[in-house]
This record gives sequence, structure tokens and C-alpha cells, in this order.
Amino acid sequence: MRRRLAAHGIDRTLLLLLPALVFVAAIFVYPFLYGLVLSFRPERYVGTLGNYQHFFADPFLRDTIAITLGLAIPAALFNVAASVPVAYRMRGAFAGKRLLIGLLVMPITLGTVLIAKGLLTLLGARGWVNRALLELGLVEDPVRFVNNYWGVLLTLVITGFPFAFLLTLSYLGGIDPMLERAAATLGAGPRQRFWQITFPLLLPGLAITFILTFVLAFAVFPSAVLVGDPAGETRVISIVAYRAAYEQFDASLASAIAMIMGVVQLAVVGVVLGVRGRLHRGPDGRGAR
Amino acid sequence: MSAIARRPIVASPLTWLAAGFVGAFLVFMLALVAAVLVNSLGTRWLDDWLPDGLTTQWYGEAWREFGLTSVLLVTVQIALAVVVLSLLIGVPASYALARRDFPGRRLVMLAFLIPLLLPPVTYGIPLATVLLRNDLGGTLTGVVLANLVPSVPFVILTMTPFIEQIDPRIEAAARTLGAGTATIFLRILGPLLVPGMLAAGLLVLVRTVGMFELSFFTSGPGTQPLVVVLYYAAFAPGVRASQSIDAMAVIYMGLMLTLLVAALSFVNPTNLVARIRES
Amino acid sequence: MLDGLSRSYGHHAALAALDLQIAGGEFIALLGPSGCGKTTALNCIAGLIAPTSGTIALDGRSLDGTPSEKRGFGVVFQSYALFAHMTVRANVAFGLRMRRLPKADVAARVEQALALVQLSGHADKYPSQLSGGQQQRVAIARAIVIEPPLVLMDEPLSNLDAKLRLEMRTEIARLHRELGLTTIYVTHDQEEAFSLADRLVVLRDGVTQQIGTPAEVYYRPANHYVADFVGFRNAVPMTLERRTGDAGVARGDGLTARGTVCGDGSGAAAVTLAIRPDDLVVGGAGENAFEITVDAVEFRGRGFVVDGRTASGQRLRGTSAAAVPIGEAVTLRAPAAKVLLFTGTER
Repeated sequence: MRRRLAAHGIDRTLLLLLPALVFVAAIFVYPFLYGLVLSFRPERYVGTLGNYQHFFADPFLRDTIAITLGLAIPAALFNVAASVPVAYRMRGAFAGKRLLIGLLVMPITLGTVLIAKGLLTLLGARGWVNRALLELGLVEDPVRFVNNYWGVLLTLVITGFPFAFLLTLSYLGGIDPMLERAAATLGAGPRQRFWQITFPLLLPGLAITFILTFVLAFAVFPSAVLVGDPAGETRVISIVAYRAAYEQFDASLASAIAMIMGVVQLAVVGVVLGVRGRLHRGPDGRGAR
Repeated sequence: MSAIARRPIVASPLTWLAAGFVGAFLVFMLALVAAVLVNSLGTRWLDDWLPDGLTTQWYGEAWREFGLTSVLLVTVQIALAVVVLSLLIGVPASYALARRDFPGRRLVMLAFLIPLLLPPVTYGIPLATVLLRNDLGGTLTGVVLANLVPSVPFVILTMTPFIEQIDPRIEAAARTLGAGTATIFLRILGPLLVPGMLAAGLLVLVRTVGMFELSFFTSGPGTQPLVVVLYYAAFAPGVRASQSIDAMAVIYMGLMLTLLVAALSFVNPTNLVARIRES
Repeated sequence: MLDGLSRSYGHHAALAALDLQIAGGEFIALLGPSGCGKTTALNCIAGLIAPTSGTIALDGRSLDGTPSEKRGFGVVFQSYALFAHMTVRANVAFGLRMRRLPKADVAARVEQALALVQLSGHADKYPSQLSGGQQQRVAIARAIVIEPPLVLMDEPLSNLDAKLRLEMRTEIARLHRELGLTTIYVTHDQEEAFSLADRLVVLRDGVTQQIGTPAEVYYRPANHYVADFVGFRNAVPMTLERRTGDAGVARGDGLTARGTVCGDGSGAAAVTLAIRPDDLVVGGAGENAFEITVDAVEFRGRGFVVDGRTASGQRLRGTSAAAVPIGEAVTLRAPAAKVLLFTGTER
């Protein structure tokens, strides 16, 4: 019996998995299910789906989905798109490459509050940028860069780009440099080499980069409050979830909103993965993984 | 061997685009940091290009007012606990996943992947509720547990491919030479695993110190890491000098910078991320 | 035509002053161990790296400064470098598409090329679905379909197992006969080089050792290094005593040898004796006789290889038609014509 199990890869080594599995079950699965069940037992509304009905009936709540997607998707798209030319140009080895990467990755250290305060100071009505614009006579009134959609989008780009850049760089590194050489000997110029060879091979990786960047952006919370307009333009879904939990003390509704948030995010991820699966085969030809 | 002969770099529009974006990005970032830094060092800054005068008083004030000594202590405690625990739990699991192909393996990997794909809010809020109802709300244990949720999968996801690429025959060879399991783990596998664990550990450290939402939902007075204290200072109502907030933000940035520099000097950044993509 | 082609990396000369004239339709092999500069030479010719000095000209027209994509050579890489995201058909068609040929032409020529390498049925597969040998043939098809003035092959067979290598070698020879494309072939395997090439270039550490036909290199190696490379396993340092024209007598280590003096003849008396094991026969004929005590005998099908030491401890390897017991003293003989005495310092 033992031998038969071992042939299937089941033996005592699997015991090493136990702590992690128990942990995930206790700290993730259980609370998650707990929250799910809780969301079906509304405190303030009628019926099992009361929380959900309330959410979709109230435009104040319902619109948060569109608002959050309207921030997360463009931010992720921009970050991925911007990372490609930069990573492509940096794919070889050159002096100072590590330093440059370090600099580009630095925004991770800044923290939302610093970025928010920095943006407010820099781009606020009395900030340096507006001052410069006014003094140069380019505008007559200070331009509203912050406390709106753009401030939050900017924050998402600042925090998201380094991550997207690192991912794209590593995917590019995984493409055999010989392929470009082969294409060159066959007559392909630099632009053709990129679009015909590198880009198609990079695409599955870009899809993953998009997903991961999107996931980060979709969870936006503190910036939406500090640099945005939390009551209006940048009323993202995290905010209303937080509000339900800590201001209205409605744990049930909060859980429901959290579930909705999860579902929407997984839906987007699912769509992108689906599209990726239909792409040309990856480098191993077994269909994009 | 150098790459395909290129035309002189000056002519390429791609380089201009890339350099332009990178330049703008870096300049903007520096300006951002400068803005905060300058404010934190200024006496009064109301309506001019620069503050009226320079001072370091805000740093001292922020330190005292927010009790930053204990806050930093809490932050470090939480972060270290999360790193150590996630490695302890995650590395053995990675080993099992890397070395054994059992039915349901894909399912297990998926189970470990999901916490990383979901927004922290989605499991954070229910988790906070559960912790509360188990008398763990607002305690250090609670915060550590919450931060472990994304960290353990992260360690597993980065260490599994890492272990997979260590030739299993090394272990077999050691066994034929008479080494027991403990010896194999300590003297053979251990040293090979260290670079990967270092990378994973540092990344978890950086993420934990910087991850706002989970600590926010599960911490209470006395157990709030720096990132949460900073948020409250900036957001909560009350008359607080914006300079001291900025000073605190700079301190936070200093902490993170040190961590990041440590991480980058031990680890090649592109290698780190490459492990994540095997999902 | 390569004139004084060289490429250095800092102080390290990967390739030094290679001069070579190639006639149309010729099959040239660049032969040497790893690091000898042969791949560097190939990359320079292909335009993938720039030479430090020297020129490359095609039909009298200089290629300096012309980028890879404009040279129009067909290159077969050691790792095949097939485009994994394209089918076999698309891979082969790539070069033609870059030249903007009409679709019908492209399709026809692709079919032709695939038929030539005997892969017609696999046109719609992806590279990962093919075996090593099949991928190899796709790489070749892709390079020759563009009908290039020059085909460059960089150790194309080194990733294949022994049997496949022989099969593919025959294939390549056949293709060269049928198409008559000028080819430069890089390899470290002398058997490959000898069987395929019209002429060989033997390289060592970037320096050209000899250029000649396979027969020339085999029977008349230019120096001791080349001799050793092509099978003159026995090497004994000696001193030249007498010399009359090409014939010479040398003495060293208690041995006397009569043979042909060759090499770059720097006039010094120090020579290296070189004899093929095949020419050093137990109980054979020849003026030269060396006594050894046998310490190893290997069966080789058609005879035996015998290893032993002379009285002075010098190792020699010879052959024998019949088995020889270990420990026995035998006499190895070789005629003067097969004994080469190399002057010069090439070792």
C-alpha cells in the first residue's frame, strides 16, 4: 500500500505541507467563509441577499465598482504599456543597470502617505508646479491636479510602475536573445524584430503583469482618501467597505462588500487569463500557461 | 558577446521614449520627496516657493507626539515575526510541493495562490471580525496573523520554483553516502536554500512594513505599525502640524529605503520577480 | 573574402588576422576546440558583431558597416533559434516575408524548402512538437530558403546524439551537393569537418594554424598542434642531428628517428616527433624501431591499440593486428615517410 502511494508521490514528505495548509485553512479559508456566511445574514436588511440587494440598489454604493475599475484598469494598462519600452531598452547589460533599476524601484519605499503629502505639496494650488505655471503665464488660475481622479491615478502609476517594470524586465530576460539575432540574419530590422519576435513572446508575460498590477491598483484605499475625492470622484469600493465596518458597524454589510470586491476583481483576472489562453503558444508550445 | 550591431544610440526613437519617460518619472519622484522633505524641515511654509526657515524641530516633535520609539519597536517586531513565521511555515511546504507530484498538487498550489490574488480588504475585514470575536482584536498576535496571510503563499510561490531547480539527485547522493534526513536538511539543502530564503524573506519584510490595509484592520492602540500611525496622523481629524506628519513620513521612507537597499544588495531584483510568474 | 579579420575584447584577441578567400559554391569548415575563435569569426561574417580590424568583402563589395539584416546570409545557429510562437511554415517563411515577396511565391518556396529537408508533413506544427533532428532541419530550411549567397552554420550538430549526427551530416552534404550554396561551417569535430569540407581552416586561440583541403591537413599538418588535432597521438621532443633537404634524423630520450622535417622551421634544432598510432605497428615494416613494454591493450574491432613505455619512460601508442599480452616487450616500427619531425614552437 505504501509503495502504491509512493508511486503517486504520496509519502511522509507531504507532512511538511501540513502546517501551511492548516494555516491557510485557519487564517484564510475559515475567516473567508465566515465572512461569506455573514454576508448572507444581513443586520439591517431583509432576506438572505439583503446586503447585496442594498448594495446594487444604492447608486452611492453601486457606482463604486465602476469608479474603482475606472481607476485600476487605466492605471494597470498604462503601467504595463510604459514598462515595455523602458524594459526593452534596458534588457542588455550596461554599466549602472543595477543602480537604475534600484532608482526605478524606489517608489515602493515611499509609502502612500508620503506620496500623498508630496503630491499635495507639489501639485496643490500653491504647490511648486502651479506656481511655475502661473509665473510662466501658461495658466491664469491654478490647475486642479489633486483631490480628484488624477491625483489618485498618479499615485497608482507611481506605486505600480516599478512593480510592472520589474516583472516585464524579468519576462524579457526569459526570451532567448538568439531569436533576435536569428531574425536579424533573416532580414528583420529593429522594429520588425520587436513586433514579430519579441512582442508576441512577451505577450503572455504581459498579461500576468497586467493582472498583478491590476490587483494592486484595485485595492487602492489610502490614496483615494488622501489625494482624491473620497466622497465623489474617487469613492472606491475599499472606502465603502471600510465605512460599513468601522463607521456603520455593520460587519455583515462590510463582508458583503468585501465579497463583491473579490468577485469583481476575480472576474477581470479571469477574463484576462481567458484571453491569454487563446493567444499563440508560449515558448514551450504547450499553450500559454 | 555584444548584441546585434546597432545604429548609434542617439538616433533611436525608442531610446528617446524610454529615456524620456524614465527621466520624467525620476524627476517627478525626486520632486515629490523633496517637497515632503523640505516641508518637514521648514519652520513655516504658507505661500511661497520655500518655507520661511529651516528647523529640525518637527522630527523631535513627531517622535515625541506619536511615540515613535515604541511604534518602531512594534513595527520591527511585527515584521520580523512575519518573516520568520512565514519562512518556517512556507519553506517546508515549498519543499513538499517541489519534490512530490501528487494528485491534487495543482489544487493545493491554487489554494496558496488565491490569497495573493484577492484584495486584502476582502479577507482582511472578515479576518478582523474573526479575530475580534476570538479576543485577538488589536493584539500583536492578531496583526502578525493577518500579515501572514499573504506572506506564507508568497514564500511558497517564490521558494517552490527555487527548490525545483536544485537537482534532487544531490539529496539522493547524500543519502547513498549515509546522511540522515536531518543532516541533509541542515548541511546539504540548507546552504543551497539560503539565497532563496534571503530573497523571499527580504521581500516579505518590505511588503509587510509597507502593507497598510491588513495592519489597519487588525491593529489597535499600542499595536499599530508605523504605516498605520502615519495614516491616522494624516487623515484623522485634529489640528496637527503638517510638518510633523511630513517628518514622520520621511522617517518611514528612511526605514523602507534601508530595507530596500539591503534587499537589492543581496538579491538581483529581476531574479526575485521571475519566481513569482510561475503561477 | 576575409582580409585580416580580427576581433579583440580588451586585451584578449578572440580572433587574430584571419585571411581567407572563398570561391563560390565552396564548403569551408572552421575547425578548432572551444574558444579558438571560430564562432567569433562566424559572428563577424554574419554581421552580429563588429570586427576590431580587417575587412569582409562579398564579390568585391565591402560589407563593413552593413548591418546583419542587410547582408542576406543564411545562418543556422547551434541552438537552432527557432521562433517558438510560429509554426514551422511561418518560421521558414520568415526570411522571405522580410523581403516582401508575394505570398504565392513565399508559399511555393517554403514548400520546396521543406521538401528538400524532408519535413513536408510537419509544416503546421510548432517547434516544440518536433524532435531535435527535425528542429535542426527547420533551422536549415529557414536559412536556405532565402537562397543566400553564403550559408553560415555554427556547430549545428553538436546538440544531437551520435547516430542523428551522422544522419544529419549526410543530409547536409546532400543539400550542399544539390544546391551548391557557398557554406562556412563551424565545428570542433574533425570527423565532421573532414567529411563535409572542401577546405578547412584550423584555428587555435584565435590564430589560424592551417588552411587547406582535408587531405592536405590530414597528411601534411602545418605544425605540431594541427598534427595532434588530426590524430598524430605520439609526440616526443627530440633534437635534430642531421638534415638533408626534407629528410632528417633526430635523437632524444634514448630513441633515434628518421623522418620528414616540416613545420615553420625556425632553424632551431629542437623538434617534436609525431607519428600516428596507425602508422606505428607492432612487428611492422619501417626504418624506425622503438621498443616498448606494453601496459595497456584495447580491442578495436579491426585490430588492437597498444600502449606502452620505452626504456626511458616515454609513452607511445601503436597498433597491432593480434593481441599482445600485457608486460611483453614489443617493437613498434614506422616508415620514415610517416614520421614527421616538427620544428618551431607550436605545441
